[in-house]
Parts: sequence; structure tokens; C-alpha cells
Amino acid sequence: MGVAIAFWVLAAVSVASALAVVITRDIFRAALFLVLCFLTIAGIYITLGADFLAAVQVLIYIGAISVLIIFAIMLTREAQRGSPSNRLRLPALAIGVLLLATLVFAVLVTPWNVVVPLPEAEPTTAGIAARLFDLEGGFVLPFEIVSVLLLAAAIGAIVLARDR
Amino acid sequence: MAIGLEHYLILSAILFSIGVYGVLAKRNAVAILMSIEIMLNAVNIAMVAFSRYIVPALLTGQVFAIFIMTVAAAEAAVGLAIIIAIYRSRQTVDVEKINLMKW
Repeated sequence: MGVAIAFWVLAAVSVASALAVVITRDIFRAALFLVLCFLTIAGIYITLGADFLAAVQVLIYIGAISVLIIFAIMLTREAQRGSPSNRLRLPALAIGVLLLATLVFAVLVTPWNVVVPLPEAEPTTAGIAARLFDLEGGFVLPFEIVSVLLLAAAIGAIVLARDR
Repeated sequence: MAIGLEHYLILSAILFSIGVYGVLAKRNAVAILMSIEIMLNAVNIAMVAFSRYIVPALLTGQVFAIFIMTVAAAEAAVGLAIIIAIYRSRQTVDVEKINLMKW
């Protein structure tokens, strides 16, 4: 019951803040609403029993990506000009609503084989590490590739943003 | 009423559609990047919900979610660096005015 209340509150706040991100004209406020949206999504991970992911969400999204975004807003001086919509506002709204209807229809008609009864949520950190670094059927090679990708992205960002 | 897989998937669909609207309707390149982050988060919710409700013992969905977060971080860093570089040379981040490669 408590989880259900938490889910409804978190879902309502996350949808409202995501809407605020795309509707508000003040880009700095949009960034702050984005932080609220990330925080409620971390809460939704907790209702799903994903404790490690919730911590990573707070660290990476709220700690790093939001700071990067606010930094970019400050550096580009678009805060005064705001973030108006373009000419395609109504077609974009139509596409969004159409996509939402299609997705909801697909979710509702698909027969999911949900596990019943659902096992109790357990701490996932050790389980994720075991799954990631398992030598048979694990994700060691993707993990290494992603490390190289992060390194390349960091160097690329420095090269792109450097003042020549 | 118990919360099931469908609730999480529909929440994910709503957030994803909001992100699609933002990407299509915004002018400011930073706002477009923020909408993309909302879309990636929506996908992560779906991944974790599948992991919890369909294969609770395997945790594969959570491992995928970690990879998505890593790629999202790389994408945000490079994207914002590109936006700053464009702003430096053209004094705007309005995507309708950045049309150098359009013909």
C-alpha cells in the first residue's frame, strides 16, 4: 500500500515536472524542473527495488548532467531570450499524443509474462556486479567498450569546447 | 489497487512522449538536449520495470540501464560542448538559425 501511494505521488510529480520542462519559456527554470524530474525518477527506481540505480541516478543525472546543462545555459546567455516554441508546435503535439496513444495501446494489449508471486526486493549492488563481471554470459566486453566511449567523449568535449 | 508492470510502462510512455514533443517543438538547442535526457530516463524506467517484473533473478535490465546512463552522460558532454562551440562562432543556439549544412 505504501509503495502504491509512493508510486502515484512520484509519477504525478515526475510527469508534471517533465511537462514544465517542455512548456516553460524560462530555460533556467526548465533546467531546475529537470532536476526535480530526475529526483522523482530516482524515487521510482526505489519503488522498483533498484537501490543501486537510484543512487547512480542521483550521482550522475543530478550531480553531473544537470550541472553541465546549467553551465551551458549560463555560458550561452540564452536565459534572457528564453526558450520559445517553433512553428511546429501543433504538429509536434499531435505526434506526441499519437505516439503516446500507440504506446499505451501496445502496453495494454500485450500479454506480459509477469512473475507471480513477485519475489521480495533485495539489495541489488552485489547482484549487478556479479551479472556485469560474470565471465560466462556477462558484460565484460561492453563494459570495457563503454569505458573507452566515456574517455573518448571526455577528450572530445575538451577539444570541442576549447578556446582556440 | 496494486501497482503492476503496466503502470510503470505507461508512466514511461508518458515521459517519452513529453520528450518527443520537446525535441520537435523547441528552438533552443539546450532545451532539445534536456528533452532527450527525459526520453532516456523514460527508457530506463521501462528497463528497470521489465527487470523487476519479468526476470527478477537476472538483473539484466538494470545492467542495460547502467549502460544507457553511461551513454547519456557521454552524449550530454559532447552535445553541450558542440552547442558551446557553435555559440562561440555564431552567437546563437537557435536551431532554426544553425542551418550551415542545410541545402
